[in-house]
Order: sequence, then structure tokens, then C-alpha cells
Amino acid sequence: MKPQMITLHINGRTHYVALNPNLTLLVALRDLGYTDVKSGCEKGDCGACAVFLNGVAVNSCLVLAAQADEGEILTAAGLGTSEHPHPLQTAFSDAGAIQCGYCTPGMIISAKALLDHKPHPTDAEIRDAISGNLCRCTGYAQIIQAVQSAAEKMDAGGEG
Amino acid sequence: MKYQVKPLPQVNLPELRTVGKPLRKVDAMGKAVGDTVYAGDYSMPRMLHGKVFRSKQSSARITRLDVSKARALPGVACVITGFDVPNARLVSDMPGQTGQKQRAGSDVPVLASEQVRFYGEPIALVAAETLEIADKALSLIEIDYEPLPGVYDPLEAMKPGAPIVTPPDNIVARWKIRKGDVESGFEQADLIVENTFRIPYQEHAYLEPEAGVAWIDERGAITIRVSTQVIEHFRTIARAVGVRQNKIHIQGTMVGGGFGGKEDITIEIYLALLAKHTARPVKMVYTREESFLAHAKRHPYVIKHRTGVKKNGQITASKIEMISDSGAYPYLSPYVLLYTTVMAPGPYRINNVQVDAISVATNNPYTSAFRGFGGPQACFAYEQQMDDIARQLGLDPLEVRKVNFLRTGDCTATGQVIESATWLEETATRAMAALGEQTPDYGSVKIGQGFASYFQSYGRITWMHDTSQAWVGLELDGTVTIRAGVPDLGAGQANSLCQIAAEVLGVPLERVTIYTTDSALTPLSGTSTATRQLYMSGNAALMAATAVRNVLLNRASKYFEEDIEALDIADGKAFIKSDPSQTLDLVDLAKMCASEGMHLSNLALFKAPFTDPINPETGQGQVWPDFTFGSFAVEAAVDTETGEVTILKAAACHDIGRAINRAAAEGQIIGGGMQGLGYGLMENLIVKEGVIKTPSLTEYLIPTSMDYPDIQAIILESGTGLGPFGAKGIGEPSLTPAAPAAASAIANALGVSIPEIPITPEKVLAALERA
Repeated sequence: MKPQMITLHINGRTHYVALNPNLTLLVALRDLGYTDVKSGCEKGDCGACAVFLNGVAVNSCLVLAAQADEGEILTAAGLGTSEHPHPLQTAFSDAGAIQCGYCTPGMIISAKALLDHKPHPTDAEIRDAISGNLCRCTGYAQIIQAVQSAAEKMDAGGEG
Repeated sequence: MKYQVKPLPQVNLPELRTVGKPLRKVDAMGKAVGDTVYAGDYSMPRMLHGKVFRSKQSSARITRLDVSKARALPGVACVITGFDVPNARLVSDMPGQTGQKQRAGSDVPVLASEQVRFYGEPIALVAAETLEIADKALSLIEIDYEPLPGVYDPLEAMKPGAPIVTPPDNIVARWKIRKGDVESGFEQADLIVENTFRIPYQEHAYLEPEAGVAWIDERGAITIRVSTQVIEHFRTIARAVGVRQNKIHIQGTMVGGGFGGKEDITIEIYLALLAKHTARPVKMVYTREESFLAHAKRHPYVIKHRTGVKKNGQITASKIEMISDSGAYPYLSPYVLLYTTVMAPGPYRINNVQVDAISVATNNPYTSAFRGFGGPQACFAYEQQMDDIARQLGLDPLEVRKVNFLRTGDCTATGQVIESATWLEETATRAMAALGEQTPDYGSVKIGQGFASYFQSYGRITWMHDTSQAWVGLELDGTVTIRAGVPDLGAGQANSLCQIAAEVLGVPLERVTIYTTDSALTPLSGTSTATRQLYMSGNAALMAATAVRNVLLNRASKYFEEDIEALDIADGKAFIKSDPSQTLDLVDLAKMCASEGMHLSNLALFKAPFTDPINPETGQGQVWPDFTFGSFAVEAAVDTETGEVTILKAAACHDIGRAINRAAAEGQIIGGGMQGLGYGLMENLIVKEGVIKTPSLTEYLIPTSMDYPDIQAIILESGTGLGPFGAKGIGEPSLTPAAPAAASAIANALGVSIPEIPITPEKVLAALERA
């Protein structure tokens, strides 16, 4: 298989990389050091690898890296830092929504995708938005509370 | 409201500043922003990629194994078979600790070389320059099998003439309890109720598949960075690899979910062997399918109850028989069986008890630890039995239980006196009250409410002589450092120690930093299993922090010229209680102590109660330090046309002794409850002839955000636990009563009970047919 040159814009940085065309975006991101993108099943079953690709939340294990050529990619680590976290990251931390944390980055991406177009979701809408993200630890209740709490904060602060 | 909720007994818990608050856990933000580095995220220079070659047969002799083509493939650094490492064996049943002799052949070969006993059993290891080359090498390994007769049903495996998985026989473990005289108990009974319950496998399905990286460091130690619940496995690994114990160094990472599935050794033994043989760093990460194949499952059980009762529901005799499927190797099956045996009669006062329990080897996937460790299987059976007794007597389920509930000072079936609070009625009535009025039936949908109560141990078996250590020190800038070998599974194991130290040393939680999970650099704190970390390491941290506090107060007492008792520390300052305006900053106090050579750190060792093993003939004796008690209530809607079950409401009420972090405790209660509901209603591991037919998260379904409503978590605090500040444990107990509560609600809706989980639509329709 002949490597292919592609360009990926990830969390504001540009990478020029030679990749085998059968490589998934998940593997490419992790190989580039974006290990906040988690691998849980590599089949689109668990949502742990969710990222934004050109503004749309996708399971990066179901996208070939080559398909993302020239794409803008945003991962959970690109949303904020521990010094300057995104309101969702703060809310997840404060609501007890994080146990083992392995589903958290993907969960936050799905939650942000919802809030981007629905700033005041109902609990049912939040449940629906994260239904592709499995969490084995929390039982989801505190995650839903965290998304509601972040929505309130973002509304008050005009952030997004 | 169905039941009257009585006020709780008076409890006077001291007011605390940090402990009990739902503070942000110290590990939370790192996970939220992606800073936390998990085992599979590490890379090393010159790193190889490891893979495991596994059996495609459930029971067979290996007649030919040829790895020469794989070895010859360019880019392959090494291929290891069982012939290369004949001494690499893992002793899996800890002889001498169960009070049983180690069975012949019950230690597990790391790599099978002559015979395979289960589908997926490891046969060879490969390390290669890339993952692709490692995969290619696996495909070049040639193997011939001669199929052997297999046995896939534990009942069949017990019959004479059944294929023997490992000589001499298929009996892996036996336990029994003899208390009182069951025959005379049955004679006193007005009614005898008999039922057989069937309980399935459960898969842990943690989101993080097993992962790690190993290398040989500059001192020649094999260093293994791995996701594990037990860093103390370094000793077993040293023996299997053939090096000294101080030359295996385990650096545990944050665990992406464990639930018992990362309690046995997983990939760290393969990493150790490959690093030793290649002298290069090696990384290994399981795929999801391999994770399904490679790690243990929760034990399936068949449990028979025969119960004698008086007309008022009082139990006069309880005779229980149980059989568990240990799969191809024992692992922790003897211990899990012990748990199920001792918990078998439930949280009830019964004078005449007989339990006979057997764990049986088969060629099925092996079984071992899973959150609850045999307790959930016992609970499903005893609570369905209690419901059936109530039904047959025409009594309310709570009334029958109230007559029998254990009270403080009562004995368990093994004669262990319960010294802590036993808030069973208190939790049952509160959980049921939280459901509110029952939703009316509509159309073909019938609605029912039900509950289950339980007792579940926290802390390890007392004849294992469990200990834990923690180190706490005050730095010169007034911050606090903790060192403890605690593996953090996400349940707040590390955070709890921080909140405890913050409380004792009077600093805000943000000033506390904890270093964990290093077999060489942090004091060993024991396993993150058995709901023991808060109890054990929490007490160790409390002891260490208290010792440092005493040093500080001693010095402060000289400074203030006041008695120690007149002083306290809070918000980073020592002060006089009667005049809080007189303060001494901890930074200044720490400097005074340091300049005078006073010891500002402490390493504490906490010991659980040590007992002798129980009597093997009668089962009499102490088994655990203490128990957690609680109840779970469910309202279920059952469509009698389709068999579909919808959970409308769920509530869990547990006496956790004392909440250390309220949000984390609620997280355990809700998350464990959800795993229990999945176990009862949805999770269905299909195994045919030893082969898992559902090795993915689309075939083996676990609860999503759409499946069940929020579980209402009700925390009671009796303050009577053996943990720090009177805490009990809640990690495992949270799961135990959920499945039987769901079954109880369904039975209440339909008027017919289903003695087998998961309660799928097919089983509902079959039960309606029978009724």
C-alpha cells in the first residue's frame, strides 16, 4: 500500500503526514499524539473516539484519515485546558460526571455538538444526543446534569 | 405511598469541613481536558508491538505448533511459545488462603503448549516493529489440533464419565454451611417453598480495553505501565518470568474501568515476557473482541432454595444448593463461591441453615471477579425466594422480610456477629417511597413495583490478613502530599484519601496532591477490589494524616502556650478554638517544625481484623470485617403482547456509613445500579460450545443513556462502618440488589415470577404462557 500525503488541521495546528490510505482517522490522531481521542471498539459502537470534523461530530474510527484531508478537526483537548477549561469540561468535573474518564472526551464532543445547535436542551434531548456514547461507570445521570449545568453557564456567559 | 417511612435512629455525626462534601475529585479535570494518559496512550523509543496468538478450539490437544515462518518474517523481533517458557505459570487459587488445598494443575500456564481448554486460550506471543507486521506474523503461525471431548455445562461436568478439564476431576471448589438443624426446622414450618434460579454470565465491558507498555530500565528491572486493579501482581509476574521480585516494577495508570475484570493478571505477564526476550520496549493493546475473549466473566450459577416458613413469614429453615461454572481455569472461583455461599441465605436471621456449594470446571470462558463477587447471584436468588414466600403466604413482601431481617447483634449463617447498623427496613421503605404512587396499567401494559434488599461485605476475607499503607506529608509551602499504591478505577479511590487528609490537616482539597499506583515508589496499599480501598487505605491515610497533625499541634501548642486540646487546624491555619482570631499559618508552622527536626510525614499501616479460616465442615467463623446494607426499588411496565419491559422509575437507598465525597458516592450508587439493571434485563453473553458468540458492544448490549431512567440515589449515614469517619463501602454493594428488584417489579406486574435473568421479552412471553 502506498502512503498518501494528507493535511490535517487539528486543534489549530497543521500536520502534513504520509499515511496508508486504509488508516482510520482515529489511528492517525492517536499516532500524532492526540491521545485524548480514545479507542474503545474501533467499530463505531462506543463513541469514545468522537471528534469534530469540519464542525460535525463523528466517530473517528469510522472515518478514513484520507477522507479528512484538509479537514478541520477538533478534539476534546482542543476545547480547553485545565487552566482554561470549556464550560462542559468544568461542568463534567464538578457534577461527578467523570468516573474512569475513558468515555469523557467523546461524551463532551457529543454534548458540545448538541449545545452548538440547541443551547437549551431537554433531558430527553441530551439523552438522545449522547446515546451513541457508552459509559459503563456513571449510569448517565450526572452526565446529563453536567450538560444542563454547562448549558446554563454558557447561556449566562455567552460562551460556546 | 405503599410503606410507612419511619424516622431513622438518632445518629450524631461530627460536623466535618471537607469530608462528605460533593467536591470536584482531584482526578476529574485531567480527564475532562484529555490530560490523563491511560495505559494505551504511552509510547516508548524503539517500541515494539505485541500480539497474542489464541486458540480457535475450546478443547483440543495441540499436535503441531510451528512458528518458524512467523519468526522469519522481517520486522518480527520474537515469537514466544509455551515451549520457550515452560515455567511461566500463574498460580490462580492462592493455596492456603481459602482453607482448601491447592488443586493439582490449578495453576494456569501463561501459554498453552500441549492442550487448550478454552476458546481464546493464549498459545504464542509475537513482538514486531509495527502492529501490521505483528498481525501478519500471527497469520503465519501454523497449528494443528486434535479435538478433545469438551464439557460445556457444569451439571454435565459433574457426572461420572464427563470429560475432565484438568485432572483429577472437575470439582474446583466446595464450601458448605451447617448451622442448627434444617430437618427439624422444616418440621416446624407451615409451608415449604422451593425454587431453582438460573443466573447468567456478565461481561465487564469497561470502555478501556486492556493495555500497557513494558521495558527494561537502567537498573535491569522490567517496568510495566499497565491498566490494572492490582499492582501487587508484580510478585506473581516475577515468579512466572523468572526474575527477582524487586526487578518487576509496575506503574499502574488511571484505569479506564475495571469492575473486577482487571483484577486478575491481564496483559502485564505477556508484556513482561516480551520485554525480557527482546530487551526492547513492547506495547500491547487488546481489540474489543480480544478483550471479550481474554478476560474472565461473572460466574453463571444455578441456585436451588428450599425454605421452611411459618404463616407469619418467619423462616424456620433454609437449605440452599448452588453450582457455579468456573470455566477452564479456577482463577478466583473458589473465593467467589465462598462469597455466594455465605451470602446465600440473605440478610435474614435464620437458625437452621444448610448450604452446599460447588464450583465446576468446564471448557467455557473462565470466570472470576466481577463487581459483587458472587453476591449479586446470591441476592437474585434469595430475594426472588422471599417474594415467592410472600406470594404463597398471601403476605406483603416487606412484611415477610421484616419478620426475618438481620438486626445489629445478630449472627450471619456462619456465626459472625454483625456489629454495625443493619438498616434494611429503613432503606427498603425509603427506596419504595421514592418511586411514589404506582402508574396505572394501560392497554396491554401492566405496571408493577418491587424491591430487593441485600447485605454485601466490604473488605477482604479476614483470614487473608489484609493490610494497607499510606504516606502523608506536609510540604514547606503548606501543601500536602500523599503517596499510596492505590489503583484508581474512577470510583474516587485516590480522591477519597485526599479529602480525608485535607480534613485532618485542615487544608483545602486543592492543596492536596496524591501520587499513586507504583509498586516500587508508593507504599503498597493492596488491591482495588473487594470494596476495600476506602475502608483500608482510607484508614491508613487517616492514621498517617493524624500523626502529622499531632506533630503540628504539638508545636503549635508551644507557640500559643495552650493545650493541644484547645487547638484546631482549618483553612491552612492552626488556631485557638476559643479565640479563632489567634492563628498560625501552616507554612510558618511547617517551617518551625522542619527547623527543629520534627517529622512532617508519616507512613501508616492499617490492618483489617485478622481471623483464622472458617471451619471447613460447618462454615462457622468470621468471613469479612463488616457488611453494607441497602435496598433497591423499581417500577416496571411490561407489555404483555410484546414482552417488552420498560423501567419507569428506579431508586436505591443504601446506608454507606458516612459519605466521604457525596457526588462520588452517588456516582457509585447510580452507576452500579445501572450495571445491575443491565445484568437483570439486557446483558446477554451467548456462549455455544465454549465460544462467545457476542464479542462486541453491538452484540453484547450494555445500558445506553436511552435505556433506563435516572436512578434516584438516597444516601443514609449511620456512622457505624469500620472505614474512616464511620464509612462503609458502596462500590460493589451498589450493583447487588438492582437485578432482583427489577425481577420483583416485573413479577408484581405480571403475577408470575421469572426465575432467570436476563429477563428478555422472550422470557416474559414464555412466563405468561406458563401462567
